Amino acid sequence: MNRQQQLAIAGIAGAAVLLAMPWLFGSYYLGLATKMIIFALFAMSLDLLIGYTGLASLGHAAYFGVASYATGLLALRLGWGVGWALPAGVLVAGLTAALFGLLALRARGSYFLMITLALSQVLWGIAFGWRSLTGGDDGLPEVPRPDLGLPWSFADNTPFYYFTLAVAVVSTWLLMRVVASPFGQSLRGIRESETRMLALGYDTWRYKFAAFVLAGLFAGVAGVLYVYYNRFVSPDYIHVARSAEVLLMVILGGAGSLFGPALGAALIVLFENIVSGYTERWLLVLGVVYVLVTLFAPDGITGVVRRLRQRKAGQT
Amino acid sequence: MSALVIEGLSRNFGGLRALSNVSFSVEAGERRLIIGPNGAGKTTLFNLLSGVFKASSGRISLFGRDVTGLSMHERARMGLARTFQITNLFPRLSVMDNLLIALQAGAPGAFSLTRRMRDQTVLHAQADALLNQWGLASIAMRAAREISYGEQRQVDLILAMAMQPRVLLLDEPMAGLSAAEVVRVTGMIRSLPREMTILLIEHDMDVAFELADRIAVLHQGCLIAEGDGPTIRAHPQVSEIYLGVE
Repeated sequence: MNRQQQLAIAGIAGAAVLLAMPWLFGSYYLGLATKMIIFALFAMSLDLLIGYTGLASLGHAAYFGVASYATGLLALRLGWGVGWALPAGVLVAGLTAALFGLLALRARGSYFLMITLALSQVLWGIAFGWRSLTGGDDGLPEVPRPDLGLPWSFADNTPFYYFTLAVAVVSTWLLMRVVASPFGQSLRGIRESETRMLALGYDTWRYKFAAFVLAGLFAGVAGVLYVYYNRFVSPDYIHVARSAEVLLMVILGGAGSLFGPALGAALIVLFENIVSGYTERWLLVLGVVYVLVTLFAPDGITGVVRRLRQRKAGQT
Repeated sequence: MSALVIEGLSRNFGGLRALSNVSFSVEAGERRLIIGPNGAGKTTLFNLLSGVFKASSGRISLFGRDVTGLSMHERARMGLARTFQITNLFPRLSVMDNLLIALQAGAPGAFSLTRRMRDQTVLHAQADALLNQWGLASIAMRAAREISYGEQRQVDLILAMAMQPRVLLLDEPMAGLSAAEVVRVTGMIRSLPREMTILLIEHDMDVAFELADRIAVLHQGCLIAEGDGPTIRAHPQVSEIYLGVE
């Protein structure tokens, strides 16, 4: 069996498991699976920056959170349905990313990282402080689940799971198209050597800015799904701890492959769920995971798998 | 017509004057060698010409157009290509992808999100042709960081050639190459269209003097001599500081 056939079979099996999830697991685990899918999309959006463009952002929760707030507020205060509130939330995330991109892309390396961190914390401060709009620390409870006028209510976990899956599949397909395009190839070029790209005549700023906005848009899709999933949004959604968490998802899975970060996200969500049954100190555990990954698998799970395959190929 | 006119070009790094009031012009189609001892300002000159650094003062014109204020990629779009003294490829991408990126820079749809890279058949054909032409087809799918140093230097040169530039800056293309590789790279440079203007920094004097129409000598950031091979060899100050007094 060649590699392509193996991948095709793995893909079909994965799709079958995802589709059969409601029959395989009870309502609680279905909720957990929904959360995994949302964070997988969130991590893939950040991978566009870290893995493909080589831009390490530590403020990616800003676009996730701002979309959650926008959709939550529009649904709660103005009674907007999902058909308007979802694109509005994504648009707000994209606009925020465009504004932050204009500021952050003036810097490079760790300075870029610090600016993205600072900007996202400004948003966190606003969400925390502007009580009349955002509910401050209490957040916005009772955001209604979307209603598509279908016979199934999205208040139930099963229909909402399929809704999330459908949005995530379309988003993933779009992301795959982006990284397979000439634009995506140019992003890899920037990651590998920006000076060479400039010397070849690429206006690299334009590419980096577009990647930054795209990453913000897809983080926004994840943020909208998450506010519907939790029916709640609080400043925690924007906090740097969430940005660090999604960064770790990308690194654990293996940056630059889309699949890796999605896997990393699913594992972290699962792990958090298990750990939080025993201790409150999830962030401490997360920190230990971070250190271990950086020390022993700096290119993540997909990197380890690739190395094992190469070693096997070298033996035969 | 002059391809390149440099007038009073200077660049300071803090208190260090890396390049000091350098003026010369290069005719279209000329092969110009730049020599000088280490630290003479040769690479600084290339970095100013290609736009890596801004000039502290002075003016650079490319085919009659003032490019002093233009950024690196704008100069590249005007037909100015360069290679790098320290190999500058896309290390984790395949040699093929390295070439595709270089070829795509001037192709329509470089910014496209909707096309697929694998459908860019014209670019793939061009990349194949270049690799076959230079006998590098066997390493097309290897990552650029995994091929030999000599191969990397050749790919670096091919990336610049792929842009089909009007002016090409070559920063020590022979440095560190074996004798056989020097012959190959010399052949590559000789094969370039005669109308292409080439500026070459090189320490291998035998090869370089043979390739060059004219030579400019830099010393401590200043242009101290300019002329054809025999003139430069006979220049007393050049012999003293660079070629060694006989």
